Amino acid sequence: MSDAPGFAIRTEDLRKTYKSSRGDVPAVRGIDLSVGSGQFFGLLGPNGAGKSTTIGMLTTLVLPTGGRAWVSGIDVVADPVGVKRRIGVVTQNNTLDMQLTVAENLEFRSRFFGLGLREASRRAAQLLEVFGLADRRKAMSTDLSGGQAKRLLIARALVHRPDVLFLDEPTAGLDPQTRVNLWDILRVLHAEGQTILLTTHYMEEAEALCEEIAVMDHGEVLASGTVNDLKDGTGAETVITVRYEDAVPDDLAARAGLGQRPGVTKVESDGDFVRVFTREPEGVLGELVTAGSAAGLTVRDATQLKPSLETVFLTLTGREYRE
Amino acid sequence: MATTTRRAPVQPAEPAGVPSSAEIAALIADAPVPRPTLPKTFAAMMAREFRVLRRNAISLFTRAVMQPLLFVFVFAYVFPKIGGGFHLGASAAAAGASASAVRGGINFATILVPGLMASMLLMQGIMAVTFPLVMEFSWQRTIEDRALAPVPIRVLAIQKIVAGAVQSFIGACIVFPIVLFVHAAGQAPHVHVTNWALLVLILAAASLLTASLGLLLGTAMDPRKMQMLFAVILLPATMLGCVYYPWSALHNIRWLQIAVLVNPMVYMSEGLRAVLTPVLGHMPMWAVLLALVGGTVVFGYLGIRTFTNRVLN
Repeated sequence: MSDAPGFAIRTEDLRKTYKSSRGDVPAVRGIDLSVGSGQFFGLLGPNGAGKSTTIGMLTTLVLPTGGRAWVSGIDVVADPVGVKRRIGVVTQNNTLDMQLTVAENLEFRSRFFGLGLREASRRAAQLLEVFGLADRRKAMSTDLSGGQAKRLLIARALVHRPDVLFLDEPTAGLDPQTRVNLWDILRVLHAEGQTILLTTHYMEEAEALCEEIAVMDHGEVLASGTVNDLKDGTGAETVITVRYEDAVPDDLAARAGLGQRPGVTKVESDGDFVRVFTREPEGVLGELVTAGSAAGLTVRDATQLKPSLETVFLTLTGREYRE
Repeated sequence: MATTTRRAPVQPAEPAGVPSSAEIAALIADAPVPRPTLPKTFAAMMAREFRVLRRNAISLFTRAVMQPLLFVFVFAYVFPKIGGGFHLGASAAAAGASASAVRGGINFATILVPGLMASMLLMQGIMAVTFPLVMEFSWQRTIEDRALAPVPIRVLAIQKIVAGAVQSFIGACIVFPIVLFVHAAGQAPHVHVTNWALLVLILAAASLLTASLGLLLGTAMDPRKMQMLFAVILLPATMLGCVYYPWSALHNIRWLQIAVLVNPMVYMSEGLRAVLTPVLGHMPMWAVLLALVGGTVVFGYLGIRTFTNRVLN
């Protein structure tokens, strides 16, 4: 058994392949994660990277087709009920019970988790107060704004003090102010010791909140570690991309002498652009422009990305991050 | 403006909802220790159904009342009054009566009592289970709310069947007095219940059958083709379900009498006919009970399976 103490979540070669009429579609291709107790962990990746499928498997609603996973030391396939007792899940969609009021959504969820009537309504009142929904307690849950609904979803996930709180794309589709408010709530929860696993396709969200991040794409974990680890490792370079009006001759980078420059780790050239990964970005942009005009090319646009999760992604996949 | 005195949040101008860390700490320190057990969770889910039922009581009641009320009004009040050429009910009744070797005096109202109750069971079973399921499985997948409750998914499916059956049962009970009391003078149905326990048993079995069928339809049917439900399932099941004529009366059309045996509705109508209006010819009780229980098991098994497959993908 690999349910070593201190791990809130562990996966070993976890896989999910969907069967479809056009053959097998691998959504998650064997991932290994370990999330420590009390950690704020982020799964970062573009849409379709396999994040939601991963969270689905960890929350027992998606059956893995290979590998294993444990939440609070409990196997998600062997004992899904045991896992469900110990987790809180904030789904990506608004899965509030549309037939119930705001308060009832919390009361019934509490009762599903075995609380008595009185205890359930006391817990609901407390959560509504803390999450600023007390004046909406009698509203139908369908009448809430997007931000209020999200807060209620979080409150609902906390009725029974879960070991792990899962949040699937919690701020997708929210306005910036609401998003920042939500971040504050999550930070406070984490400060109070709540283990949190969050998926997001917003780099700045992962960077702002998570202690550790796993970068996912096409069903695989490309890299994981703290934000600083990632930047120091794979994405330590500044990435400079220059796009020209016309196709770039193959030897343009060589003509600009980029290969010999100190600090340059990689030069890519394809179609109409040249991309340089370098630890010493000073002057590189200028040389690319000069070399371009020497070859009769006009610069269309140029970007210079400082080391960030975006450069990490670019380094790992060779593709620009698509949200 | 009496409602302006509601308890003020901490800072009304502030966009509410950012709790202080002290509040969150209290929230976590105060958190009750959950001790969910299967019966507790199941009971809470049923309580949720009753809360929703109570909230929608008026619309549910209207839905349950209108169709049978209009039916008995037209067939047991209007038709006998205008009399003359309208022998639709009379001939069917006569056929049924002759088959059971009972002397005349059977009116259409007598045929309609069990028939309309059975048709209500089917309608309520499907409305109570199928329609909500289609909503819950649609793009927001609100089903995940209850799928995350600490019970196996099949228990959730069984809970849906039980809740649907209760609603179906209530629907049939609402129909009963209507079909019993709405009729023209002298056209009262001949209802004679000798075995109340058997009546309750038949109603319960039929309710469970329709709710199981509702679960299967709600999880197996393509939601985009839901409007086909009426044309392909509800209408044929009712029209060919011995609602408006007793099964024994079909002996003149032998092939049809045999063909309708695949329709579960037939056994619901006939079972109720046997316990409510025994003056009319009806199917033997063993056949009715076998079909109702067997049908519940088969539809229930298939419905729970498709439900589980839809929830866990």
